Amino acid sequence: MKWEKKWIFGAMIALFLFVLPWIYDSRSTLILITQIFIFAVFAMSYDLLLGYTGIISFGHAMFFGIGAYSTGIGLMRNGETWTALLYALGITVILCLLLSHVVGMLSLRLKSHYYAMLTLAFTGLLQVGAEKWRSLTKGNDGFTFHIPEFLMDRKIFYLFSLLFMIIIFLFLYQLISSPFGKVLQAIRENERRALSLGYQVVHYKVWANVIAGVIAGLSGMVYALSLRFINTSVFAVDITLDVLLMTIIGGVGTLLGPIIGAALIETAHEMLTELADVHWLFERWIILFGLIYILVVLFFPKGIVGTWNEWMKKERWKKWNRLGL
Amino acid sequence: MESILKTQNLTITFGGHIVLKEINVSIQRNRFTSIIGPNGAGKTTFFNLLSGQLKPTQGRIFFRDQDVTQLSPDARTRLGIGRSFQITDVFPHLTVLENVRLAVQARAGIHFHVFYPKQKMKELEDKAMEWLKKALLEHKKNELATYLTHGEKRKLEIAMLLALETELLLLDEPTAGMSLEEVPMILELIQSLKDEQNRTILLIEHKMDMIRNLSDQVLVLYQSELLAQGTPEEIMQNELVQSAYLGGDFLAP
Ligand SMILES: Nc1ncnc2c1ncn2[C@@H]1O[C@H](COP(=O)(O)OP(=O)(O)O)[C@@H](O)[C@H]1O
Ligand SMILES: [Mg+2]
Repeated sequence: MKWEKKWIFGAMIALFLFVLPWIYDSRSTLILITQIFIFAVFAMSYDLLLGYTGIISFGHAMFFGIGAYSTGIGLMRNGETWTALLYALGITVILCLLLSHVVGMLSLRLKSHYYAMLTLAFTGLLQVGAEKWRSLTKGNDGFTFHIPEFLMDRKIFYLFSLLFMIIIFLFLYQLISSPFGKVLQAIRENERRALSLGYQVVHYKVWANVIAGVIAGLSGMVYALSLRFINTSVFAVDITLDVLLMTIIGGVGTLLGPIIGAALIETAHEMLTELADVHWLFERWIILFGLIYILVVLFFPKGIVGTWNEWMKKERWKKWNRLGL
Repeated sequence: MESILKTQNLTITFGGHIVLKEINVSIQRNRFTSIIGPNGAGKTTFFNLLSGQLKPTQGRIFFRDQDVTQLSPDARTRLGIGRSFQITDVFPHLTVLENVRLAVQARAGIHFHVFYPKQKMKELEDKAMEWLKKALLEHKKNELATYLTHGEKRKLEIAMLLALETELLLLDEPTAGMSLEEVPMILELIQSLKDEQNRTILLIEHKMDMIRNLSDQVLVLYQSELLAQGTPEEIMQNELVQSAYLGGDFLAP
């Protein structure tokens, strides 16, 4: 059966990723893949909004940044203990819950482009706040901090991030196939019709915002842990743009898409940083972003996974046609 | 006879242009009422007011003696006012089964369930399949709605409406744009709904023979006003209606 094959394949890839550090022990590769896992989670949470509910946000970095700052500040102030980390987790979840709820409520009152602008403004505000509140954040320069000993080991941290990604993936997979998730997709497809079926679209959108916000916050936490350093760049527009591109390249409205997109974009980032010595253009990530974005939207509007799915479907059609069905 | 739906001086204007003017109707429970009138008479607008897509400029709507004038569309659906749309309005990139299941789910009041048992999910699906069978669409269950033919989309629209199991059904030109072969099937479906006698149905249609056979009552909208109401026979004989339609070619079967 097709369905089973899919899971066996997934499990094999996961298994491979679990043993990878012992097969191929390259520090820089390990760090890169860890980043991919983290951004994959961030991108999946973004896709819950963009791809599954049809909400366009330009400020998803706000939750990412909150998670990152809660972790940095928490560990710096309370020492590098598990208790401190747990505390940071609590703060992240509470702040993201509250903020996503507020932002979500606004999303219902506003037309989509106003909403997108508003999220941009919110994130900008947080970024300025982080810059100005120097006593807490050390401003633009940011600060380094220590993390619990156990997580210092790169291999352990790699496994931790992988597990994190798998758990979020499975959770989101369950979510999108649940009655709740189907309603989100219905809203994306045709909001008016979802309303006329009797769904309280407003509440669904708020919940989508809350879930996406909290998951983004968690990914921000792991991000901060991986760098052991934080500055205001976690609130930067670039982060949202990256995650937007990951989702679009990988395929909106799929969960695998953001993971593949994260892998591509993070790898590209890495390579471009190396190429920066060759030509200055490679440093101007934002220019390349624009180019790739235009190309993808023009030629691959469904992204890699979406295009693949479509192609598979066509192949199946062809087979049926050949059988005369 | 008990009335389930009442409108009181229902009026709506769009930028000074009066589209419906002081409509007073009373719809009896479990009766079949048809609404006729030339294009642009305001029939769809009337439905939009009843289902809450539009708010009236003036006047009130009562459903089961409750004033619903200010309620949102989703709240009205939950109360028991279900509608289908003249312009096909489904969820294009979900499968046919998922489309109907969404309606079943809404009807069952299953909302914010993320960890919903597989078994129960299956029950929702089975229920959705029943409605699909009723609309003769079960063979397309795994097709994306966007790939259906126009006629099939109309059937899906009706299956979704039925799955809501609302007491009041508003059907806006269910056969519009259908091929001739497909019309009898929809007619049969509507007839069977009528025969079950447990729903109040409002139908907007142009096909006069269809209206004559199905309707207990006919409302005629003409130039923003309720021109006449009565049994199909009374309407056919009504002189106002006759002259409004220039020699009655509108009412020809
Ligand atoms: N949202 C709207 N804004 C402006 N005019 C509208 C709107 N909806 C309907 N109308 C106008 O109301 C009139 C009646 O339309 P409609 O109810 O669709 O007619 P019918 O369904 O009887 O053919 C038309 O003249 C149409 O242009
Ligand atoms: Mg109409």
